[in-house]
Amino acid sequence: MFAAILVNGLVLSGIYGMLALGFALTYGVARILNLAHTAFYMVAAYALFFFLGWTGFAGAALLGVLVVLLLALAAYGLLLEPLREHEATVLIVTIALALLLQEVVLLLFGGHFRSVPALLPGYVEVLGVRVAQQALLALGFAAAVLLAAWALLKGTRLGLGIRAAAQDQEAAELVGISLSRAGYWAVGLGALLAALAGLAVAPMATLEPHMWNPPLLVVLAAVVLGGLGSLPGALSGALVLAFAEVLVVNLVPGGAFLRTAVALFIMVLVLVARPEGLFGVGFAEER
Amino acid sequence: MLRISMSKWLTLGGLAVLTSLAWAQTLRIGVVGPMAFVQGAHMWYGATLAAEEINRAGGIQVGDRRYRIELLRVDTNEMLSVTDAATAVERAITAQRVDFLVGGFRSEAVLAMTEVAADYKRIFIITGAGLDGILAGRVDRNYERFKYLFRVSPNRSSDLARTSLLLLGEVVQAVRQQLGIPRPKVAILAERAAWADPLVETATRLIAAPPPQGYGAEVAGTWRPSAVATDVTSELTAIQRAGAQVIYTVLSGPVGVPFGRDWGRLRIPAAPVGINVEAQQETWLKATDNLGNYVATLSSLAPGVAITPKTIPFITSFQARFKEFPIYTASGAYGALYVLADALNRAGTLDVEAVVKALEATDLVGPSGRIVFDKTHDVTWGPGFTTGLGVQWVGNRMQAFWPRNWRVGDKVISYAGVRPYQLPPWVVEAWRR
Repeated sequence: MFAAILVNGLVLSGIYGMLALGFALTYGVARILNLAHTAFYMVAAYALFFFLGWTGFAGAALLGVLVVLLLALAAYGLLLEPLREHEATVLIVTIALALLLQEVVLLLFGGHFRSVPALLPGYVEVLGVRVAQQALLALGFAAAVLLAAWALLKGTRLGLGIRAAAQDQEAAELVGISLSRAGYWAVGLGALLAALAGLAVAPMATLEPHMWNPPLLVVLAAVVLGGLGSLPGALSGALVLAFAEVLVVNLVPGGAFLRTAVALFIMVLVLVARPEGLFGVGFAEER
Repeated sequence: MLRISMSKWLTLGGLAVLTSLAWAQTLRIGVVGPMAFVQGAHMWYGATLAAEEINRAGGIQVGDRRYRIELLRVDTNEMLSVTDAATAVERAITAQRVDFLVGGFRSEAVLAMTEVAADYKRIFIITGAGLDGILAGRVDRNYERFKYLFRVSPNRSSDLARTSLLLLGEVVQAVRQQLGIPRPKVAILAERAAWADPLVETATRLIAAPPPQGYGAEVAGTWRPSAVATDVTSELTAIQRAGAQVIYTVLSGPVGVPFGRDWGRLRIPAAPVGINVEAQQETWLKATDNLGNYVATLSSLAPGVAITPKTIPFITSFQARFKEFPIYTASGAYGALYVLADALNRAGTLDVEAVVKALEATDLVGPSGRIVFDKTHDVTWGPGFTTGLGVQWVGNRMQAFWPRNWRVGDKVISYAGVRPYQLPPWVVEAWRR
């Protein structure tokens, strides 16, 4: 049982972490709590599904990323940037945007369940536990994307500019950083991560117009648990939630439906003890 | 100038009279369902097919008048909102002035919609929701209010449970005979929903009970994921670890798709059988990335299986017209229109009380079986009535495996086109002794 918990927990952490990363980045650097994040993930998955009918995986993935980037940047320019100072309004606008995307997908593709073929079909046995190869690919992909995002933010002038804008907007402007441009970059990067998560997770997910709802809850819980805006925090939150879920399924099979509820309860317990989340303060200081 | 105007007015007046006469001879039937989803779309298709056939044959003879059917598409949005569903039905009755209602899919929404129908004393023939309590406890206990409600499909949940347990018995027997395992282990995977609870309880008892009352098998464990879970990998690996050879599924929600996909992808060595509503649909293999082969479920129709003489002609016409294989809501709506037409014809009047009485006396063969209503206005389950089918996905197509030599008393029930059940090859490979 230990091996099953370990392996399944790690795989689920990779999927949740992939989704939580972009959300945390958008909030961390642009201070936008984008509740349409998982809707972008859904659009990427549907775009991949649609373009696979026309071209190969690489082409379809590229087109999917482009669609999401265009959508996100247009939404930022037209809807979010003018309202950026009003956090509650931004929150509501992003929910409205997510619902709008859901309805558009429903209109274009109907309510049928769809699937995207796995890049790596089949399974391998890890410590005697069967794991889909696609899940391992997603796990590796999540790790690579995390490293790339980290390198971009920490090791380039662009990353420095984005972080500076997030830390102190007036000071950043004084040294010649365009806040508007930094915002576009942050939202673009967040959307790119959502799209990449969509591409990695889509072959393991069931495509339907409400598929953005369940991960949104997990993503929100993961980033709040880890500390809003913290990238390592988001990943730690995803890890805790994933293992909590897998533990529930394995230890209380008859209560498997409680997996998300138990995970969220753990989040509440952690927040009671540490209101800023696991990495909230650490990340603020680090910035 | 005046004469020309007069003649124009006369012509227009004549047309208006003719139109109003034609209007008076039209029956407006509201087809209510979640039209953006396959369940609602197929209700509409099934009703459309029946209406076209009936109209082509001259309409419905009611007394000395003949009526054409006019269908109204009522999108209830019931998957997302029960309130929307009730409002849609009220609008259909008051604004669109429908005479009869056919459809309904989600049980919670159908409970609300049928309250509205009862308020307005409109006959509502249910074609998609299975909850027992939609009719039981309402029609029998408060007949005057709920006598307008009838159900042609599916069979009520408790009857679906009976069929699904018969299917489980077939698979347990296959494991015993083909794999040489005298006491197979059965895992129960049931979504967390009120309708599934009695099935879990009955299955747990029946699996462990010695034959002939039970199956003489062993319960390997019970897993209860959410009906909307998107990942059941942990449940499946736990089932594998528990050493189960069979998985009894009780899944009506979207969780059925990730179950089929993950089960096929991980080649879990346990044969799934029971209820998986998603596996009843033609889109099953597409939805599961072609990994859902060998999944077995209760269903109402299968390609090439003649449940009644009307089954194959219905499937053929449906596929020719809509290019899809019909699900149970399609055959239900199709059957409902014929049931209504037959009752109106026998009643000889549009008086709702007389039509209710005529509907109660229905005995009509539809595409999914013989439709006879019981005292709660529910379609009767059993051999010679409506039972459903056991279907399995084999070689990328759906085929029926039950009823095949089903013995009930001195009767043996088999439908033409039913083939033997096939254990998944990786289950055979893992367990053959």
